[in-house]
Amino acid sequence: MRKPAADSTAISLQQRNGKTAWQLALIVVGMFGFGFALVPLYDLLCEVTGLGGRTGGAYAYDPATVQPDKSRLIQVNFTTNTNAGMPWEFWAEKGGVRVHPGELRQMNFFVRNTTDRRMIGQAVPSVVPPSAAQYFHKTECFCFEQQVLEPGELLEMPMRFIIAKELPKNVQTLSLSYELFDVTNFAARVSVAGSEGSE
Amino acid sequence: MSDIILAGQDLDHDHDAHHEVVPDRGIARWLLTTNHKDIGTLYLWFSFIMLLIGGTMALVIRTELFEPGLQFIEPAFFNQMTTNHGLIMVFGAIMPAFVGLANWLVPMMVGAPDMALPRMNNLSFWILPLAFGLLISTLFMEGGGPNFGWTFYAPLSTTYAPDTVTYFILGIHMMGASSIMGSINIIATILNMRAPGMTLMKMPLFVWTWLITAYLLLAVMPVLAGLVTMMLFDIHFGTSFFNAAGGGDPVMFQHIFWFFGHPEVYIMILPAFGIISQIIPTFARKPLFGYDSMVYATASIAFLSFTVWAHHMFTVGMPLAGQLFFMYATLLIAVPTGVKVFNWVSTMWRGAMTFETPMLFAIAFVVLFTIGGFSGLMLAIAPADYQYHDTYFVVAHFHYVLVPGSLFSILAAVYYWLPKWCGRMYDESLGKLHFWLSFVGVNVTFFPQHFSGLAGMPRRIPDYALQFADFNMVSSIGAYVFGFSQLLFLYVVIKAIKSGEPATDRVWEGAHGLEWTLPSPAPYHTFTHPPRVTEIEAHS
Repeated sequence: MRKPAADSTAISLQQRNGKTAWQLALIVVGMFGFGFALVPLYDLLCEVTGLGGRTGGAYAYDPATVQPDKSRLIQVNFTTNTNAGMPWEFWAEKGGVRVHPGELRQMNFFVRNTTDRRMIGQAVPSVVPPSAAQYFHKTECFCFEQQVLEPGELLEMPMRFIIAKELPKNVQTLSLSYELFDVTNFAARVSVAGSEGSE
Repeated sequence: MSDIILAGQDLDHDHDAHHEVVPDRGIARWLLTTNHKDIGTLYLWFSFIMLLIGGTMALVIRTELFEPGLQFIEPAFFNQMTTNHGLIMVFGAIMPAFVGLANWLVPMMVGAPDMALPRMNNLSFWILPLAFGLLISTLFMEGGGPNFGWTFYAPLSTTYAPDTVTYFILGIHMMGASSIMGSINIIATILNMRAPGMTLMKMPLFVWTWLITAYLLLAVMPVLAGLVTMMLFDIHFGTSFFNAAGGGDPVMFQHIFWFFGHPEVYIMILPAFGIISQIIPTFARKPLFGYDSMVYATASIAFLSFTVWAHHMFTVGMPLAGQLFFMYATLLIAVPTGVKVFNWVSTMWRGAMTFETPMLFAIAFVVLFTIGGFSGLMLAIAPADYQYHDTYFVVAHFHYVLVPGSLFSILAAVYYWLPKWCGRMYDESLGKLHFWLSFVGVNVTFFPQHFSGLAGMPRRIPDYALQFADFNMVSSIGAYVFGFSQLLFLYVVIKAIKSGEPATDRVWEGAHGLEWTLPSPAPYHTFTHPPRVTEIEAHS
């Protein structure tokens, strides 16, 4: 007599356990998704705060609407590095320039493929201090695309930039650093995220 | 007395209702078992084997570091040793040991007949030997096993990883699946299968801490799975989550890793808090001081663990506001942790204390875990962390919280509940000898590492500057003492199982809780009919 009763409670307990398990599985699925959501969230955070010195993509600029702020002069330094294993030479025309906010300037960079094979390079920019990163705009940059160089080839690459007049008052110097990566093997399969930057 | 009668009746019912359920014999019993006690035993033996394997790797590391210079192993192999030592101890020794204890104890503590989902329980255990078999087999493959540190920062673990990294990723996925299934099981058992009268706030603290730990696991193991999936995509499918050349960001790896990693370190200590909260009242012969505050402190620690991850990476370059936030949030965790330490001390205050082996390990836990907590506070101070970051000071810190912290709590738990599991007492004098060897060994090993770290010795290096020679030699001697004394532990356990004195049902004079109302050894099936929860067996 007792057995059926015990069984029926066992079934309802089993159902309850199954229900709990599925509810908890939802947390698991949600957190797996959240892990991937962290990627765009991190990008957003970097764009807002300049974390990691990230700069935006190509900047649309209409010279008629922007008057340079002649009262301020900002020192902009340029550094160039090649990533480990990247044999190219990479340098900037000058170590730095002084510009007014709102003024469009051009700086030339150079790369030389020192090897005897065709290679593809990709430069990745970063700005310090990070708080200035979002005010540093590039209207044209070699970092928006990859460079394909034949053996021994030298390439001159222009970079045009403008510093927004909203640049915080305490920033008098900022540094733009480029790191050059060898993407010869990698480039075949991928489009580069740098060129997808929207602004 | 009434509960002993109850337990006796329960045993009779067992034989009536379940005499058809005879466990399979031999290997099939262990492969096919869905019994929470069998699975708990499997978890515990598995984690002990992993402890010995990970410990052997630690001794390889300490042997190479005994003297400056390269004597025994190549730097590349040294890196594989530090990496696998960390992975095996975290995911193979500490976590499965706690799951094993939960399997054995949670159903008996809440008065349930078994875990809520017994077949999934079997699966979540048997994934583990496969996962670790896979991980360890990579050490024998061409190119070697994982060598990028247990934190497997990209791009070390992607662009520059050995080819075997794919096996590593699969192994992490399997360990994660195992932990997630184990957690679902534990939560369902605790929420649905408590005996009538076992309200949440009457649950033993071991059950409480595991309930909270299981939720932490559910929240962060999927993030870890996502992270290694991103690695897999970067390595094999040309994505650029962490590849700077393709527009990715290696620093993002560290953020996501530590979003998992910091709750993970509390996953490895909260069940330990639960164990210590069971043992100290027994041997102080007083109820636990501040039961409610213990529960709330555990919940606060779990909640705060999601807000402090970046204190592992102060030096990556972070805005000042970020550094301050993560520093203060981290320091805040000292408050609920302090509540716990003071509660344990208050429980012992004016107690009628005796010092059996479990109590010795528990007291050592309170003292040494607190030392590890204090060095953690030093590391939490952002400006000071720049000096300590990636030095042996960090190694000393997390070994103090994980070895005399988590591991001592597991050893204490085994000594405390072993008589209930196998019905026999361990040899008390050998147990005490094991304790003292472990206690001295652990301090001789890890205390000097504070000094070598503050003096600037980096972690994860096979060779070092001459001024660190003495500290390292002392540390290595301590490691041998500690390592080999765990073989004594193995002997004590086997001796108890084979020829220990029969244990009483209550085992310890001051023990309270439903598991002590059962006969020793605990029958194969227990509480098939819910027990009556008497005031004396309920906490608070």
